[in-house]
Amino acid sequence: MKSITRQKPFSEVVQLLDRFDRVYIIGCGTCATMARTGGRDEVLEMKNRLQETGKLVTGWTVIPTACDEMTEAAARENEGAIKNANCSLVMACALGVHRVNSYLNNKAVIPALDTLFIGMEDSPGNFYEACAQCGQCVLGETAGICPLTACNKGLLNGPCGGTNNGKCEVDKEKDCAFTLIYQRLKEQGRLDLMRKYHPPKNYQVVPRPRIINLG
Amino acid sequence: MISNFKQALNSGKFVVTSEIGPPKGTNIEQMLHHIDLLKNRVDALNVTDHQSSVMRFPSIGGCLAIKEKGGEPILQVTCRDRNRLALQAELLLAHTRNVRNVLCLTGDAVPVGDHKEAKGIFDLDSVQLLRTIRQMETGKDSGGNDLNGAVEFCAGAIVTPEANPIEPQLIKFEKKVEAGAEFFQTQAIYDLDKFAKFMQYARQFPVKILAGIVLLSSARMAKYMTDNVPGINVPQDLIDELAGAPKGGAIRKGIEIAGRMVAALKKDSICDGVHIMAINREEVVPEILALAGL
Repeated sequence: MKSITRQKPFSEVVQLLDRFDRVYIIGCGTCATMARTGGRDEVLEMKNRLQETGKLVTGWTVIPTACDEMTEAAARENEGAIKNANCSLVMACALGVHRVNSYLNNKAVIPALDTLFIGMEDSPGNFYEACAQCGQCVLGETAGICPLTACNKGLLNGPCGGTNNGKCEVDKEKDCAFTLIYQRLKEQGRLDLMRKYHPPKNYQVVPRPRIINLG
Repeated sequence: MISNFKQALNSGKFVVTSEIGPPKGTNIEQMLHHIDLLKNRVDALNVTDHQSSVMRFPSIGGCLAIKEKGGEPILQVTCRDRNRLALQAELLLAHTRNVRNVLCLTGDAVPVGDHKEAKGIFDLDSVQLLRTIRQMETGKDSGGNDLNGAVEFCAGAIVTPEANPIEPQLIKFEKKVEAGAEFFQTQAIYDLDKFAKFMQYARQFPVKILAGIVLLSSARMAKYMTDNVPGINVPQDLIDELAGAPKGGAIRKGIEIAGRMVAALKKDSICDGVHIMAINREEVVPEILALAGL
């Protein structure tokens, strides 16, 4: 699983930090490093840019995986510099922001990234959305191609009339999910699955707020 | 109560429908003018539903205007802007106001329209919407709850006979038939031989097919549609014919071509009727029909 992120425009970061003059920066060594949005290089660049705007950067760190419990150890290790700042700027996906937030209750936590989607890398630097976390996986009947994420409209019962030469009406560079599903099901001798009626989707498999207790 | 349009479909006559595009704004004069012009010349008039994902006066509003003027409306319903509650509510309203024909569409994608940041809903798709209508006719809503008063509709859908690849489209066409579609209006067709082959296939299903006729206004427009509109292929000889028209006469040629096509489809009983889309030139539809001998 990779959380695909994009840096917020610097002007937005500056606006979010408007009321803070001392900032501690936290990056992530996993997804955000791979997406080149919150690794060491990006954290250092952010540090320089914030200093140019007159902010005091009290310190920085890149947590190996910002979404897991290592964040707590990193927070303890860097306690002094974090305490010295009046906010933390987190260059990780929203999971990292949540994790940091849970350890720094009395300090503001500001995201520097927008979390775009849960994606896979199919060629270096090229990520595609793999899962919409709908709670009702259909991949078993769609040849492993998810229409919820690969079709702009998230259709279940086949292509819309906007598909053209195997491409999507929204973007001629993007494949039509149902052309791909059709081709692969045909190859696999399972084209009958495309004829199956899918009833309206259950959007309340786990109603929001989504919480599951395994205990 | 069987709708007038359904009666026309069942009568065996060559059925003609056309289309009204509601305005963007409260000035509905032109729409009312188009309704006056066409209501007695066709068997039913579709009213588009935020066509091309551009926010407009609603389809149901146009349908009510047609009813007020004594015409027969077909309510176009897309799944783009409303969830299953809102879709069903609109069907309840339509039924009570005697708007009894519905065309079920997925709807264009949000990013192609003029509110690109809006949320695309697509809670249902066109197949699910058709089934929802059939369920509501049994007195239950899509959640299985009792309705105090059921609906009754002549429900249809669309098909693209020249889609590429065609098989996924045909599979969906068959799903729409199974879901209870009674009639189909097709994407614009221009190659009558190809369309006749599609009809050979479609004839095995108990549905009525109305061929889509989109007025060609110039060679440039014909070429643009071929290059950019999914499932539309204007053959080169028609493009040449338009290009060869005298200066300013391309539109006359387009009307002539449309009239000729309608006449040919009717003469050879290739399909059950036509759906004429004049796209902002509604005033020429009577001419097309006259040329076709209708």
